[in-house]
Amino acid sequence: MSKTTPSKLQKIMAAGHFGVTSECGPPRGTDGHVVEEKARLIGDYVDAINVTDNQTAVVRMCSLASCIRIKQMGLEPVLQMVTRDRNRIGLQSDILGAASFGIHNLLCLTGDHQSFGDHPNAANVFDLDSTQLVRTATMMRDEGKLLSGFEMKTRPEMFIGAAENPFADPFEIRVMRLAKKVAAGAQFIQTQCIYNMPKFKLWMQGVVDKGLHEKVFIMAGITPMKGLGMAKYMKNKVPGMDVPDDLIARLAGTPKEKQAEEGIKIAIEQIQELKEVQGVRGFHIMAIEWEEKVPEIVKATGLYPRPKVD
Amino acid sequence: MIIAKAKPMEEIIDYVKDMKRILVAGCDGCVTVCEAGGMKEAQVLASALRMYFRGQGKDTVVDDTSLTRQCDRPYIEQLQDKINNYDAVLSLACGAGVQFLAEMYRGKRILPAVNTCFIGVTEEKGEWTERCQACGECLLATTGGICPIARCSKRMSNGPCGGSAGGKCEISKDTACGWHLIYERLKELDELERFEQPNEPKNWAASRDGGPRKVIKEVSHA
Repeated sequence: MSKTTPSKLQKIMAAGHFGVTSECGPPRGTDGHVVEEKARLIGDYVDAINVTDNQTAVVRMCSLASCIRIKQMGLEPVLQMVTRDRNRIGLQSDILGAASFGIHNLLCLTGDHQSFGDHPNAANVFDLDSTQLVRTATMMRDEGKLLSGFEMKTRPEMFIGAAENPFADPFEIRVMRLAKKVAAGAQFIQTQCIYNMPKFKLWMQGVVDKGLHEKVFIMAGITPMKGLGMAKYMKNKVPGMDVPDDLIARLAGTPKEKQAEEGIKIAIEQIQELKEVQGVRGFHIMAIEWEEKVPEIVKATGLYPRPKVD
Repeated sequence: MIIAKAKPMEEIIDYVKDMKRILVAGCDGCVTVCEAGGMKEAQVLASALRMYFRGQGKDTVVDDTSLTRQCDRPYIEQLQDKINNYDAVLSLACGAGVQFLAEMYRGKRILPAVNTCFIGVTEEKGEWTERCQACGECLLATTGGICPIARCSKRMSNGPCGGSAGGKCEISKDTACGWHLIYERLKELDELERFEQPNEPKNWAASRDGGPRKVIKEVSHA
C-alpha cells in the first residue's frame, strides 16, 4: 500500500473505510452518453467506477476515452487495461495519456483470450502479462522511468491494482500468485465474483497468514444474479467462475418473476457476511448491464453515504 | 520437428487446374515423420491429381519425387535436370522448403501443398502437438522444462491466469493449462520458490518480433 497517490479510492480505504467500486462497460458504438448515463446512475454510491477494456474480447468504445468522460463528470474512474491488445509501447503510452487527464486508478489485467470475443481470428499481443503491467506502472510512478529506462520529467500518479481469482486452479498457488502481484507493486485487488463463500474464506485465510492483507487492499467481487439462467451460464460457460449448487438450487426454488429480487438479496447477504472477514477492505460490485441496482445494494448494506475525504 | 498438415484437395486443385505438367515434390525430412509430405504422401497426392484430371478429360502429366531435404541447396539442386519439364512444382515441404525451391527456380511456379503448423512432437501414432515457438531465448531451465510461450494461450510469464480450471486452459477443455503443468513439475522438482518472484518482461527481439532472423555459427580458425 506503500505509495500515496491522489486517488480518492485509495484515501478512503487508507482511512479505514470499506471502499466501494462498481463497473461500467462501454457501448459497442460511438455514443459516449451511454457511459455517462451508467456513471450517473452509480456515481453517488461508489468511490470509483471501473471501465472495462474490451471485456470478453468484444470490441467496445475504448476504456481510456470512457474514463475521460467519467472524469469530466467529476467522478473518479478506474482505468482497466488488458495486455491482450497492446504491447508495452501502447500500454505505457495510454498510462501517460490517462495521467494527463488526472486519472489516478489503474487496474492491470491480462484479459480474456480473443477466442471468446467477436474477433476470434485476431492476433493477440500478450507482450506483457498482468503482473508485468503492474510492475511497469509502478516503475513509471515510483522511479519515473519507462521500461526502457527513459527518465520522464513527470510521473503518472496511479493507484495500481490487479485482479485475482481465488477460485481458479491450482487453488494452492492462488495466494502465492497474489503475493507475486503484490511484490510487483499491486496496491489493491479486485477479486473474481464470489459465490463460493467457504472457498473464498479459505483463500482469505491464506492471504492473512502471509500478511498480504497488510500490504494490499482486497476488494471482494460481487455480481448479483439476474436469475437462474444467468447463474447456470456463469457456472458452465464463464472461465474461472465457481458457482455452488446450493446457490443454483436457491434460485431454482424461487418463482421466475422473483428471481432477480432474490439475486439482489443474495448479493446483499454476501456483502454483509464478507464485511466480517479479516482482510476484506472493500467491495467491487459488478452488476452486469444492471447498473441501476448498485444504489440499492450499497444502501441495503450500510455502505451509503460514501465517506468524504480530502 | 516441424509439423505440417495437408492442404484441402480443393485448394490444391484450384492452384493447378490449368497446368499441363506438374511435379509433386515430397521432402524426406520433418514432413515425412509427421506423415504430411514424404514420398508416400507425394505419390498419393500425384495419383489423386491424375484421377482428377482424367475425370476432367485432361491429359495433364503429374509426376512425383521426393528430395532428402528441401531446406538444403545440394538436395534441391537435384531437380535442375528435370524441372524444365514442368509448369509447376507442388511442394510438400514446410514453408521453408517451398521458399527455398522458389528462390532457386525463379521462373517456375512453386506451390505449397501443405500448411506448415508448428514445432512439435509425436504424441502417438497420428497425433502431433506443439512444444516450441522458436522465441530465440529459451527459458525452459526456469520453468521445469515446460514452455509457457508455447503452452500458455496467453504466453504469460507469470501464470496461470484466472481462467485455469481443473488443469485445463480457458480456451478449451482439450487444452492443458501450461502453467498448471509448470506448477506440478516445479513441485516435483522442489523448485516452487520460482513462483514467488515476478518474472521480468521477455525480450521478444530474439523472436519473430525482431524481424527475419539469422544464425551464424562462429568458425574457429585456430
